[in-house]
Amino acid sequence: MSPKASLELVCPAGNLPALKIAVDNGADCVYMGFKDNTNARAFPGLNFDPASAREGVRYAHSKGARVLLALNTFPQSEKWERWQAAVDNAVEFGIDAVILADPGLMGYAAKNYPNLRLHLSVQGSATNYEAINFYHEHFGIRRAVIPRVLSLAQVEQVVKNTPVEIELFGFGGLCVMVEGRCALSSYATGESPNTCGVCSPAKAVRWEQTPKGLESRLNGILLDRYGKDENAGYPTLCKGRFEVNNETYYAIEEPTSLNTLEMLPEMIAMGIAAIKIEGRQRSPAYVEQVTKVWRSAIDAAKRAPDSYAVNPAWMAQLNKVAEGQQNTLGAYHRPWK
Amino acid sequence: MKLALGPILYYWERETTFSFYDEIAASPVDIVYLGETVCSRRHTLRTEDWLEIADKLAAAGKEVVLSSQALIESESDLMTLRRIVSNGKFMVEANDMGAVHLLAAAKLPFVAGPHINTYNPQTLALLADLGAKRWVMPVEMSRDALVHMQAARPAGMETEVFAYGRLPLAFSARCFTARHHNLPKDDCQFRCMDYKNGLTLNTREGQPFLALNGTQTQSASVYNLIGELDAMRETGVDVARVSPQAFFTAKILKLFREVMDNRLPAQSAMQQMTKLMPAQACDGYWHGRPGIEQSYLAAAEDAA
Repeated sequence: MSPKASLELVCPAGNLPALKIAVDNGADCVYMGFKDNTNARAFPGLNFDPASAREGVRYAHSKGARVLLALNTFPQSEKWERWQAAVDNAVEFGIDAVILADPGLMGYAAKNYPNLRLHLSVQGSATNYEAINFYHEHFGIRRAVIPRVLSLAQVEQVVKNTPVEIELFGFGGLCVMVEGRCALSSYATGESPNTCGVCSPAKAVRWEQTPKGLESRLNGILLDRYGKDENAGYPTLCKGRFEVNNETYYAIEEPTSLNTLEMLPEMIAMGIAAIKIEGRQRSPAYVEQVTKVWRSAIDAAKRAPDSYAVNPAWMAQLNKVAEGQQNTLGAYHRPWK
Repeated sequence: MKLALGPILYYWERETTFSFYDEIAASPVDIVYLGETVCSRRHTLRTEDWLEIADKLAAAGKEVVLSSQALIESESDLMTLRRIVSNGKFMVEANDMGAVHLLAAAKLPFVAGPHINTYNPQTLALLADLGAKRWVMPVEMSRDALVHMQAARPAGMETEVFAYGRLPLAFSARCFTARHHNLPKDDCQFRCMDYKNGLTLNTREGQPFLALNGTQTQSASVYNLIGELDAMRETGVDVARVSPQAFFTAKILKLFREVMDNRLPAQSAMQQMTKLMPAQACDGYWHGRPGIEQSYLAAAEDAA
């Protein structure tokens, strides 16, 4: 089968119900994390313990879907064993591939489990084919997830120059910064995606009603202030309103969702191997809605790429669950930059 | 301990950059990192110009290292990277794994820069095998974590710490300076040249928080570890890095040198620096705290 025909839908599974819903609604793969800071969604109440991980793998395999495990934080030196054990457990539980960011951990996995399929996480910050080919040559990675900073033309250049499968983000929360290269969260709170698997962690968030409006603070730093008629979203650091040269605005990015439905035929034509849906922290209802829509869209685009058009009903369904109720093509579309 | 000057992170006029390095040639710095690491659209200096400055600094007795761009996206970015890697004369600081790939393939020694995510001894050992001779600690790493790294450091590997300057915290494909001026990145009019130390971003209650520097986002506060040089020496740090700023860089280097050589108490240096820094100091990361926090002499300042 050519890669063009085999574009896969990769859906988020924050817990077992979400995993089952994703599989039932047509996900080719689901990705999940263990219940600790070995993955970049180390949120309280989320993720899989050994029993639910085994059950998730059993369920997915019984329905012909595969399970990917995100081990995509950077092992902190004094706790290395935790990440190493996570790789060992992934193999034991029958996980189909591990998604890694740390070169040291990749070395461990490649050496000890030569048959384990390795994916380079978006947290690995590989934005060009020389970087991706580095991981291919040294660790035999099979797939790389590209940070959400390249234009579609730049992605195509990558695809043409690497034997590694390329996975792109298609929908969900949008990181404006190159993943794996953003320490804004630790600058404010002491914890970042790289070191702790969190960004703008909930425990550092404070909401306060004041005479000036509803204020959101991260470790005491004012991220935004909302008027009566404004929707207040989760206070992610880079999506607050700030003051630059006496002008107050979304200086880094608006609260918005990435949505690339309209680019699907182009992505298929250039040989993208997989589309990833963001949102392991979101509800099973979100996973259900998004999986359904993207399954329909991918099937439609594969069936008849030339006559493919985005169904307005799909957009309506996605808009209901989108962050900030706004969509963007992000960096895939050059003017965003 | 050696003193290094990091690459200029801002976009300055050509003449400013040349005269800056004339002053640096006469300053008490041991190692100078050169090149454009932030944005490939910046072009007042081409690779040949950087090589010319490199020769001058080498003639003045400095160890010169050419720094590669952190975010490499396009084929032309890769062409620039290949030119730097094959310069034939100076060591290269790799700031992404694409650079590591090319340097390792060419069997060239290199510096693993601050934008390579070296968070554990296993990764450091891998980099050593690939030819790294020095590594620069990620800016968010604490002293305690560094102690673990140092205990397992490969033979012959030097350790460098970003010890002064607005912290390079994040990279994006988007240009936040152009965004501030409502300009598309492709027609940015090089507005970052107007902000020689970056463009400060404040919270809505006026707290300086970050600094916009084109596609790079920095801390508004100036990371300053001059009070920690003894602790760095105890940890076996070989090199302390000062990041260039538009004014007084040579004075900052001189103060670091004097404290390193035990000719000036760190407290006096810190007091002199308050007039030389473009913003207030921070040192939280070193202490395993939020980076924005400041502990050294903070109590004394509060009392004053």
